[in-house]
Amino acid sequence: MAQRKSNTPQSPESKAKRKNPATILFEEVSGGSLAVPLLAILSGLLLGGLIIVLTTEEMYARIAGGDILGGLGTGIGAALKSYAALFTGSIGDPGRIFSALQNGDALSIRRAFNPFLESLVQSTPYIFAGLAVALGFRTGLFNIGAEGQLFIGALASVWVGFSLEGLPSIIHIPLALLAGAAGGALWGFIPGLLKAKAGAHEVINTIMMNYVAFRLSEYLLRGPLRRPETFNPVSPFIEDSAKLPRFFEAPIRFHLGFFIALGLAYVVYYFLFKTTWGFNLRTVGANPHAARYAGINIVWSTMLAMSLSGALAGLAGANEVLGVNYNLAVAFSSGYGFDAIALALLGKSHPLGVVLSALLFGFLRNGAIRMQVSAGIPIDIISVLQAFIIAFIAAPAIVRTIYRVRLQTEGETTFVSGWGGS
Amino acid sequence: MATVLELRGITKRFPGVLANDHIDLTLNKGEIHALLGENGAGKTTLMNILYGLYKPDEGEIYIHGQKVSIDTPSASIAAGVGMVHQHFMLIPVFTITENVMLGEESMRGGLFLDRETAAGRIREISESYGLAVNPYAYVKDLAVGVQQRVEIIKLLYREADILILDEPTAVLTPQEADDLFKIMRNLAAAGKSIIFITHKLREVLDVADRITVIRLGHVVGSTTPSEASQRSLASMMVGREVILHVDRAPATPGKPVLTVENLQVLDDRNNLAVDGVSLEVREGEILGVAGVQGNGQTELVEALTGLRAPLSGKIAMLEKDITHAAPRAITELGAGHIPEDRQEDGLVLTYSVADNLALQTYYRPPFAKGPVLQERTILSNAVDLIEKFDVRTPGPAIRVGALSGGNQQKVIVAREFSRPTRLMIASQPTRGLDVGSIEYIHSRLVEKRNEGTAVLMVSSELDEILELSDRIAVIYRGRIVDVLQAGEATKELLGLLMAGIDPMEARKLGAEKAG
Ligand SMILES: Nc1ncnc2c1ncn2[C@@H]1O[C@H](COP(=O)(O)OP(=O)(O)OP(=O)(O)O)[C@@H](O)[C@H]1O
Ligand SMILES: [Mg+2]
Repeated sequence: MAQRKSNTPQSPESKAKRKNPATILFEEVSGGSLAVPLLAILSGLLLGGLIIVLTTEEMYARIAGGDILGGLGTGIGAALKSYAALFTGSIGDPGRIFSALQNGDALSIRRAFNPFLESLVQSTPYIFAGLAVALGFRTGLFNIGAEGQLFIGALASVWVGFSLEGLPSIIHIPLALLAGAAGGALWGFIPGLLKAKAGAHEVINTIMMNYVAFRLSEYLLRGPLRRPETFNPVSPFIEDSAKLPRFFEAPIRFHLGFFIALGLAYVVYYFLFKTTWGFNLRTVGANPHAARYAGINIVWSTMLAMSLSGALAGLAGANEVLGVNYNLAVAFSSGYGFDAIALALLGKSHPLGVVLSALLFGFLRNGAIRMQVSAGIPIDIISVLQAFIIAFIAAPAIVRTIYRVRLQTEGETTFVSGWGGS
Repeated sequence: MATVLELRGITKRFPGVLANDHIDLTLNKGEIHALLGENGAGKTTLMNILYGLYKPDEGEIYIHGQKVSIDTPSASIAAGVGMVHQHFMLIPVFTITENVMLGEESMRGGLFLDRETAAGRIREISESYGLAVNPYAYVKDLAVGVQQRVEIIKLLYREADILILDEPTAVLTPQEADDLFKIMRNLAAAGKSIIFITHKLREVLDVADRITVIRLGHVVGSTTPSEASQRSLASMMVGREVILHVDRAPATPGKPVLTVENLQVLDDRNNLAVDGVSLEVREGEILGVAGVQGNGQTELVEALTGLRAPLSGKIAMLEKDITHAAPRAITELGAGHIPEDRQEDGLVLTYSVADNLALQTYYRPPFAKGPVLQERTILSNAVDLIEKFDVRTPGPAIRVGALSGGNQQKVIVAREFSRPTRLMIASQPTRGLDVGSIEYIHSRLVEKRNEGTAVLMVSSELDEILELSDRIAVIYRGRIVDVLQAGEATKELLGLLMAGIDPMEARKLGAEKAG
């Protein structure tokens, strides 16, 4: 008969030494259940494909004409073609990359890699905004206001970007980024304060703050911040000294922001999991009663978390202004702050998870443009796809049932409740 | 007697733990079968398997001689098995009837809930088994004991004939526990079979027909109350002789550490829960606060530890005014606190055992250097404490929520006891612990007191109060009605005082009873 394996503690060294940081990080993000997000993505892609098939009009025409197999073939062909376009649009055309590498022409190599680099550019604001929402989640706060914080961040950084002249880049860029972070932080701090001091729910207040931000930016862009030589609601262009450096010649827009975002993801990870401040925030999120018992100041933690979350979202706005657009127009964000909520969920509110999901979202968005141009599939299919993925993430039971994945640790412990250990 | 349930060779592994190791168990019709075992022995796991929450790795379940496969709670309900969990699963804003109907709604005209019929059946059930309830009362207004009755009615409503009760008495007052035993006997007499888990040996001897003892995941033996004694059961469970009494020298109290003057505290509903309490705890003594649960103990302790702002009065610790101090300020003055609700206040269930063991001190050296957590120190501290306090866990990195109930309690005790403290406030410190662990924690409490710590212990276990206290304050309706010296307290006297009998009267009656 089997002996009770181990009732005694293992030495911490034996475990800690064997693992390198990467595996630890990986395990933390996956929580032993990386399978669910991956399968959710797969299911999303399959369902998205199905929708493309079902919306192919030519298919119905051929089926109506009696050619059922041919019709189905057309439908499936359309889906495959769309996904091929999605792939070449987001990662690149393998043939082109290969031949460019072979003949070694610098220009064609750059062109061949452009889709990939452009996807990274698209992913960057998602990383910032996703980190913002994830940090809120970890503290038990639902920051729906990332979009508004992003606008305020963009306003602040564009203002610093165009109004200060004659600064060296090494000062101007950090200053503009900082302004963006500060603007977002202020916009997060207000609902944080209301929540902490008055118990007003942050969901309501961050939504309200979004509207204030949208209207405020509209007013500023029509009035004080409008570029003098135009009547459109756009800001002046920022000084060259405030632009985030790009690594290649135009039209490749790949810029420093991507690496700043990656660096920040690590900082957020370190802050959350390796510092006492992060411990405070996480504890408040995991069990506010125990946090109070442990002497953590919940009022302070709530305000700090909302401000930091806002700062990260503000940086998403600053990044777009300083790295991509160089000015600010009313419609500059395609809802990064809202997508970030889905993305933080997908990434399990872990910085590494957020980076991976942000890449997924960025690649999908970028590829979708190509898909629309070459396969005629509306770009909205990407939103549908994202929605499917999120639905599957939010209801892991569906994924588990479909794929018969048995996730011991996760599935079973959800039943653990009651202090009888039952 | 007919066998209604048979478990054969049930085995369940968790990462790093063999929770159930080829367990065989039979349950007869009309039998109350007690399951005994140390914390982490695998009792709850076995019951969760029977209830369809966990899937066994090996083994078979037979109900009425038929092999069944129970992989969801609904399958288990269909097979006639019902379980009352430690934490009740009731919806506070629903009435009893609505709670009982939930998931089993009987409809009228296919559209409207048929509350009358359901209420009628609830009345029938409550009359036939002595489970007195008002079907239209709201659950949020019910005492714990009555809520538990509702849970049992829920099972009977679904026609369960095998009932599992996991540590049902841990949260009950002695009076409520006696009521529960009456109900259990009625149920057994009516042909229901009951599996009953508890750590209180007296209860087992009182109410069980048969007793099975589990240790380290396997059955070590079966016995009956007539053949067993508390002592024999204890040694069967723990595998060694258990000393049920702690030796302690008379107290030599020093300076006052905690002084409370005329304290008034409101509860969540803004009622005066603590109504003018004054007391003093001195170095090197254990002050026991005895009382029926719900007489203001919870609010008193919360006020003393900074978790609840007092309405008026004064609290001082080591001559510092802490009436409105924050919890951390009080902790830093040298207070330790074992909270009453371990899962709500004392632990972060999703955190590792190691992080929970550092929950009060993570921000200070050696656990933090500046703002940076020192994971290695946190881990090695955990390894030490796990060993010292005999916490049964596969390792320090395991989520504390995966530990058995008693082992979760040990994590809290280990954390609070491992710090230098001048004052220890212990609320129900041994709730849910097995006899071996109780023995250990009692001796550590006495050790703390001998080292000069002032100990304030709140407990609804009279045995525990009598065993450990140097002085006993009896709380009734938010007031300290009497303070007794260890020598003069008896169970009878305490019982009378706790029931609100006037102290003079009570002493007279107590003397008569004793004499
Ligand atoms: N979901 C889980 N994941 C991992 N390990 C678990 C899980 N549930 C229980 N265990 C482990 O299985 C063992 C048995 O636990 P169980 O809860 O059955 O004990 P118990 O006999 O009910 O103890 P107690 O009297 O303290 O409630 C323990 O070592 C516990 O840590
Ligand atoms: Mg248990």
